[in-house]
Amino acid sequence: MPDLLIELFSEEIPARMQVRAAEDLRRRVTDGLVEAGLTYAGAAAFSTPRRLTLTVQGLLDESPIVREERKGPKVGAPDKAIEGFLRGAGVTRAQLEERDTPKGAVYFATIERAGRPAAEIVAEVLVETIRTFPWPKSMRWGAGSLRWVRPLHSILCILTDEGGAQIVPLDVDGIAAGDTTRGHRFMASDAFSVSSFEDYEAKLKRAHVILSPEERAEQIRQEAANLAFAAGCELVEDAGLLAEVAGLVEWPAVLMGEIDEAFLDLPPEVLQTSMKEHQKFFSVRNPKTGRIERFVTVANRDTADQGATILAGNQKVLSARLADAKFFWDNDLRVARSDMGAWTRALEDVTFHNKLGSQGDRIRRIAALARELAPVTGADSDKAARAAELAKADLNSEMVYEFPELQGLMGRYYIEASGEDAAIAAVAQEHYSPLGPSDDVPTAPLSVTVALADKLDMLTGFWAIDEKPTGSKDPFALRRAALGVIRLVLSSELRLPLDRYIDSQLLKHKIQLNGDADEKDIGALNDLLDEIAEHGVFGAALRSVRARLEDSEIDTSDGSLLVRVGEVVPDLSQDLLAFIHDRLKVFLRDQGIRHDVIDACTQMAGNDDLSRLVKRARALNAVIVTDDGENLVQGFKRANNILTQAEEKDGVEYSFGADPKFAETDSERALFAALEAAEARIAPALEAEDYPEAMAAMAGLRAPIDAFFEEVQVNTDNAILRRNRLNLLSQIRRICASVADLTRIEG
Amino acid sequence: MTDTTPQTPRSFQEIILRLQSYWGAKGCAILQPYDMEVGAGTFHPATTLRALGSRPWAAAYVQPSRRPTDGRYGENPNRLQHYYQYQVLIKPSPPDLQQLYLGSLQAIGIDMELHDIRFVEDDWESPTLGAWGLGWEVWCDGMEVSQFTYFQQVGGHDCHPVSGELTYGLERLAMYVLGIDHVMDMPFNDPDAPIPLSYGDVFRQTEEEYARYNFDTANTEVLLRHFEEAEAECEHLLAQDDTDPKTGKHIIMAHPAYDQCIKASHIFNLLDARGVISVTERQAYIGRVRALAKRCADAFVRTEAGGQAA
Repeated sequence: MPDLLIELFSEEIPARMQVRAAEDLRRRVTDGLVEAGLTYAGAAAFSTPRRLTLTVQGLLDESPIVREERKGPKVGAPDKAIEGFLRGAGVTRAQLEERDTPKGAVYFATIERAGRPAAEIVAEVLVETIRTFPWPKSMRWGAGSLRWVRPLHSILCILTDEGGAQIVPLDVDGIAAGDTTRGHRFMASDAFSVSSFEDYEAKLKRAHVILSPEERAEQIRQEAANLAFAAGCELVEDAGLLAEVAGLVEWPAVLMGEIDEAFLDLPPEVLQTSMKEHQKFFSVRNPKTGRIERFVTVANRDTADQGATILAGNQKVLSARLADAKFFWDNDLRVARSDMGAWTRALEDVTFHNKLGSQGDRIRRIAALARELAPVTGADSDKAARAAELAKADLNSEMVYEFPELQGLMGRYYIEASGEDAAIAAVAQEHYSPLGPSDDVPTAPLSVTVALADKLDMLTGFWAIDEKPTGSKDPFALRRAALGVIRLVLSSELRLPLDRYIDSQLLKHKIQLNGDADEKDIGALNDLLDEIAEHGVFGAALRSVRARLEDSEIDTSDGSLLVRVGEVVPDLSQDLLAFIHDRLKVFLRDQGIRHDVIDACTQMAGNDDLSRLVKRARALNAVIVTDDGENLVQGFKRANNILTQAEEKDGVEYSFGADPKFAETDSERALFAALEAAEARIAPALEAEDYPEAMAAMAGLRAPIDAFFEEVQVNTDNAILRRNRLNLLSQIRRICASVADLTRIEG
Repeated sequence: MTDTTPQTPRSFQEIILRLQSYWGAKGCAILQPYDMEVGAGTFHPATTLRALGSRPWAAAYVQPSRRPTDGRYGENPNRLQHYYQYQVLIKPSPPDLQQLYLGSLQAIGIDMELHDIRFVEDDWESPTLGAWGLGWEVWCDGMEVSQFTYFQQVGGHDCHPVSGELTYGLERLAMYVLGIDHVMDMPFNDPDAPIPLSYGDVFRQTEEEYARYNFDTANTEVLLRHFEEAEAECEHLLAQDDTDPKTGKHIIMAHPAYDQCIKASHIFNLLDARGVISVTERQAYIGRVRALAKRCADAFVRTEAGGQAA
């Protein structure tokens, strides 16, 4: 059982791609081997900046023999047919076997495919793997046509067993596999040969290469923590940076330096980001001052001066970088203290989207919406609008231009420096949140207000111009925005009639999009906006505006702008709400709420109030998994089916109150009583939004409904009794339907 | 001076001379700067156009480069509106290009035993040239000292074979090697020369003059007109018949046309520095220059130097 060792040695592989590439190498090669019949005991993959390595242990010597039986022509068939079969199966006439079958004697051939030696299969699989490797970005070099992430220099491929190591003969575009590799680029660059994985790993270490990225990372983390500790400080851990740095070195040498006094007053996030993004430095905090005062850099070699030259160079580069950062910070503070007008004005010139206008337009829309939302979110309207106006001002600051990832955070610093409320400043940082399903959700009313306005404006804007996400394409992250709306509403338990805000915001976008239309027509749309604010319902608002303008000179006929926009908005609005409901389904599914339960609840009136919708769904979800709940749904469905069939057949709707005096059996009478009692409980519970109570009352109907169906035949010959019982079923339907649409429940 | 034990250089010009003699010794044609205003050494036709087509090429040169928006009146320690790049282009890229490059660092006095040299992912793209490639920025003790790129596409054409391109930011590199903190303090010639000159002696005044010109004075109306004219002239040259009516020879004017493309590109940079180009217009201008670059590339590959049989 030989072991296989593969190393693909190249020029420096981007750090961010290494780990994934090692895993791809392992998966592709082992899958290919297994597919060809070569099973193995274990495999592991490694990466360094210059190599991808795979070791596979306990490989079969050769693939097993494969036997296949093939059915041929009948005995006595024409020679031509038999010869054709022989050719196809690759056997001689003497090797054919005659067998009796129900259709008479038939020739059978047994085809035997010999096993193939491991080396042959490995060569095939590796060449294929190299040629089709899934690099995120690959390139050609020199005069060749092979693609790799950077020029590929050598391939090491050996099979090792008790008899020693053998090179697997293969060749990719003139690169022949061998048994040699090289050590560290500067510390031990000579080639050497290896005979097994253990030999390879040990020789690499002697040649100043630590093969395992985890080992390099762990060494860096430990040494960095020790250096920090020895200086009375603590390392600011950063797993992403650690993994990246481990991918930049083969032989880590960890060095710590001090940050020049002149820069220690910069915000810690600025120090950290500048050091991390530009220099890949770790930050070191002094717990006594709480400030970041030192840095750790990781070099790729040992030197005779213990890294003194390297550290001095790095320190100098850092000072130049931080001098830039300080320059930005000082300039930005100057603008901030003069009310940030320079930034907010400049946002007028920044395009947000070529159809949706400038950032300035967008901010005005968000501020107006924030003002409208404030009464619902419990925020102060003026402050909400002010916060929205300033929230994105930092996009024009020099610091954010340099470090886009500091957007929002810098806004918070600058707005505070300008003398605004801390709560208004916090909005700049918090209004982008939440960015995902597990991200923190802001709870401060001002931040919630602007965050909601931001996301609703975004969603309605892209809906208004028909740029909705499709399949895997969601370039404007609208799914994330919808999830943001959901999480903001739920975590603050807002009672927000979404429909109304979506309608009016869609309408505002349409007004802006039709900026070149006649002033009077636009005026009519603005009237419509006022009516929505008044009535809260789009249809009514449109009717009222149309009626009012009927005799005016403004066109309200079918092709007019008012009617065209008036007709499209409800459809867009409904579509957007359905999109939000879809996101809600995904979000709640992760919390164990069944998707059909949510469907059952989104069918109910008031489904744009997400807090209520979710309360209802949670209660239904809790009851549906109980024995009573499950059987009640069955009972309901049975009642509903019988009723629907009867209604279709008779062409009437059975919604007339049933009369207990026609009840014949105890169970029928009991159902009458139970329905009456249940309704008396359910109606006030729904009124009070006590859904668990309403659900419990509904589930309590299970026993009487079951007993009823057990004993009573609905479709009896007596027409009066039948009608009365159908009306009784309709009562079940009506009561259940007031709680949730149980027809949506599966199973 | 030998390549194995180089002394630390003493001046800016010594670093340039050492790079010239190193790459000359490695077989590159040492060319002179292109005689037009360009934003980077890549714009020199010895790179842009010669990276196209199948004919082998090896050239190295200094290219004065202009980035009007980077002007700081000579006050910033490392930002200049006019600076030098050292550019090497070899086609096809040789297998030992990284080693050759490291040799050049040694030649200018960087001791590999004491410094930490790293190749850090950095993919290069020039939207104005319709060009991109993969490679690295090279770090010396955490400082970027060069760009190292394997060209994949230029002017919209796939590069076959692939060129290896090295670009050194000379001022920054020299300041590092010489241990200078402010570019204007850097010795330009030998500090012991009878008349020692600093970088500031040579360029401080011009940095001021051009900063004023670039930011506040350049006549934008004239520049806008020049842009249109350069664009029109480029197209006019490329629209000519391949056969010269006077000599009867097959002469495609790829280089004169490309000069107009370079001109348009530099005028765009000036307009940008004057702040008269909005964000949306910016993309449109870049697109117009790229369209010119592509058409010049199309023309060049039909010429002899572009790999067409004579």
